[in-house]
Amino acid sequence: MSDLEDFRRETRAWLEANCPASMRTPILSDDDPCWGGRKWTFKSEDQRLWLERMAERGWTAPDWPKEYGGGGLTKEETKILREEMARIKARPPLHSFGIWMIGPAILKFGSEELKRQHIPPIVRGEIRWCQGYSEPGAGSDLAGLQTRAVDMGDHFIVNGQKIWTSYADKADWMFCLVRTNPDVKKQLGISLVLFDMTTPGVSTRPIKLISGSSPFCETFLDDVRVEKNQVVGEIDQGWTIAKYLLTHEREMIGGFGRTAAGEKTLSQQAVDVLGLDNGRLADSFMRADIARWDLDAKAFELTAERVVDEAKSGQGVGNASAMLKYYGTELNKRRQELLMALYGSDSLVWEGEAWRDGALPRQWLRSKGNSIEGGTSEIQLNVIAKNILGLG
Amino acid sequence: MARLVLNEEQQMLKDSAQGFLRERAPISQLRRLRDERDEKGYSQALWSAMVEMGFTGILLPEEFGGTGFGHVGMGQIGEQVGRNLSASPLFATAVLGASAIDLAGNEQQKQDLLPRIAAGELLTALAVDERARHTPDWVETQAERRNEGFVLNGEKRYVVDGHIADKLIVSARTAGSASERDGITLLIVDADADGVEIERTIMVDSRNAAVVRLSGVRVDAGAVLGEVDNGYPLLERLLDIGNAHIAAELLGIAQEAFERTVQYLKERKQFGVLIGSFQGLQHRAAHLWSEIELVKSVVLAALSALDQGSADAAQLASLAKAKASEVAQLATNEAVQMHGGIGMTDEFDIGLFIKRARPLQQLFGDYRYHADRYAALSGY
Repeated sequence: MSDLEDFRRETRAWLEANCPASMRTPILSDDDPCWGGRKWTFKSEDQRLWLERMAERGWTAPDWPKEYGGGGLTKEETKILREEMARIKARPPLHSFGIWMIGPAILKFGSEELKRQHIPPIVRGEIRWCQGYSEPGAGSDLAGLQTRAVDMGDHFIVNGQKIWTSYADKADWMFCLVRTNPDVKKQLGISLVLFDMTTPGVSTRPIKLISGSSPFCETFLDDVRVEKNQVVGEIDQGWTIAKYLLTHEREMIGGFGRTAAGEKTLSQQAVDVLGLDNGRLADSFMRADIARWDLDAKAFELTAERVVDEAKSGQGVGNASAMLKYYGTELNKRRQELLMALYGSDSLVWEGEAWRDGALPRQWLRSKGNSIEGGTSEIQLNVIAKNILGLG
Repeated sequence: MARLVLNEEQQMLKDSAQGFLRERAPISQLRRLRDERDEKGYSQALWSAMVEMGFTGILLPEEFGGTGFGHVGMGQIGEQVGRNLSASPLFATAVLGASAIDLAGNEQQKQDLLPRIAAGELLTALAVDERARHTPDWVETQAERRNEGFVLNGEKRYVVDGHIADKLIVSARTAGSASERDGITLLIVDADADGVEIERTIMVDSRNAAVVRLSGVRVDAGAVLGEVDNGYPLLERLLDIGNAHIAAELLGIAQEAFERTVQYLKERKQFGVLIGSFQGLQHRAAHLWSEIELVKSVVLAALSALDQGSADAAQLASLAKAKASEVAQLATNEAVQMHGGIGMTDEFDIGLFIKRARPLQQLFGDYRYHADRYAALSGY
């Protein structure tokens, strides 16, 4: 116990000394986070320093093994680090699909060679990854994907098209689901491969969303050469890893509804806008709507906590990720709708500095995608009905 | 230390309560009590067995014959009580009465009453509400000072276990006017004292509740529980405890109704297929399952906050009661609907769950009451 106390004390002191002041402010727009990668331009010197200092200790990926550059922290220590970062409202030093998604998959399923090649640059924020999953004809029915990888002996030649690739135009490498065997049941002929986005034959085109931004791309793959040592896990066994990764993605998207560190909660914002009358929000309908949301959001937060606690103690239902994804994204959509109502006509302004260039309506529109990406709400309900409730 | 999981002791308690109640207090027992219009509304043999199992002493310290297992432990029993619709004085006596006297009783009151509660010899009831919708600060019942004691006049309703209680814990006004929080005092009143009239009210769930009328009831100064005029904070604390345990029972009801319904979806055939194969029903079931998962978390968080004396215990108790009420309502409504016609019959058990859920939802405040309180405690 006292070791953990020591760790907390040291961590607190180190964060105090090393986290720049501007990195202790809330992340308010999509432009604020640091994504890293070859093409990255740091938004400030502080942003660069914060990433470098954290990466040096491996604390961008605190619980990954030290031998690959991770922090080597235990679960308890990782929790303390997160708590101490939250205490000073420190931003995450790095937003990264490498850390959230493909890194854990490589560590779990990848060869030693892949771990040595890919994990350290992910920790340091030097390589930015994107995910090649969906295709124009394979959305909810992901296993129906058609991008074809033909075996050429020591390498594959890949042809096909991916869609909804997050930040493909800014990424350095892609982890991509491809069909390596078209003659078996669709889930059994899929492999997960890695390739550099500068490989000849890879091209991307951004997709403009209703929110006005273009976080997603179409990615075209024309005779792309992929080395066989870049297959994660076994050939034709990629669906298992894909499902594992989707679990991570669902947990990540499910967390979107939570209020970011330092951001005012929905009810605090409502108090600012509407004012109090005898200690109660002056608009009684709005108050009731917000209270309803608040109860669900708190219950959801406690559930996410319980799922972690149960996993730690080896209990739990598994499959909780489908529920967390479903509930979390629906909650965030409700929150965005309430914010729009709360700010009235101010929430509808699309341009102008005084309105943060329409950050509010853009966020609201973007949230509609939360219950579509990573498996729609309806797919999550199918997963729960089938895998947990046993309804066929 | 993980906070939102059961420790070994609590898990054991849950397991033993599950087996015990399924065997000794199943739904058929509630049916029998109802159909025979049992005078007491519970089985004395069951009560004695519960005492033997130590259920009555879970919230009491060892020096008074308890085990001090705490609220999380007691909540595990409550959840199983919900699953089996087990009728007993456990909630009114071993949760409310035991907590009231343990929290606020003087040495004399503790010595006199707690060992008898642990031994199952003394039953209690908490008489709070005077209006049909829960309003604990609306207290018109008067306790006027007379010599060294008080004289009580007034009427309380929805007093759970009122007609079987030996002692009533009554909120009464010793100062101020009806809706003020100051000037409320809790008093322990003998159920057989002169001027106490108790009318049993048969409720939709066939469980025990009563209207209590007090006319010129005399008590001495030793009847005061806690402080004179300052009983409201104690009452709120008691209601938080009560609501967290009601939430646990509602969780049991929601889970049992849900599991029986999912089972039915796997047995009932229409159009030549199992109705569980229809997506229209699957999605509703999956949504309900998700909601129940949330209720598990809030109930455990509230019970654990009570055990730890956390500052947010009141807020978590309201969260638990609100969410458990909302979801138990959904679960029991869906249960009847998805069972179709058979769900409307008295012969089939599923209807007993909807009938038990509503009184528990209303008791000490429903979803609206607690959503409002949660907002107020959150500063809006």
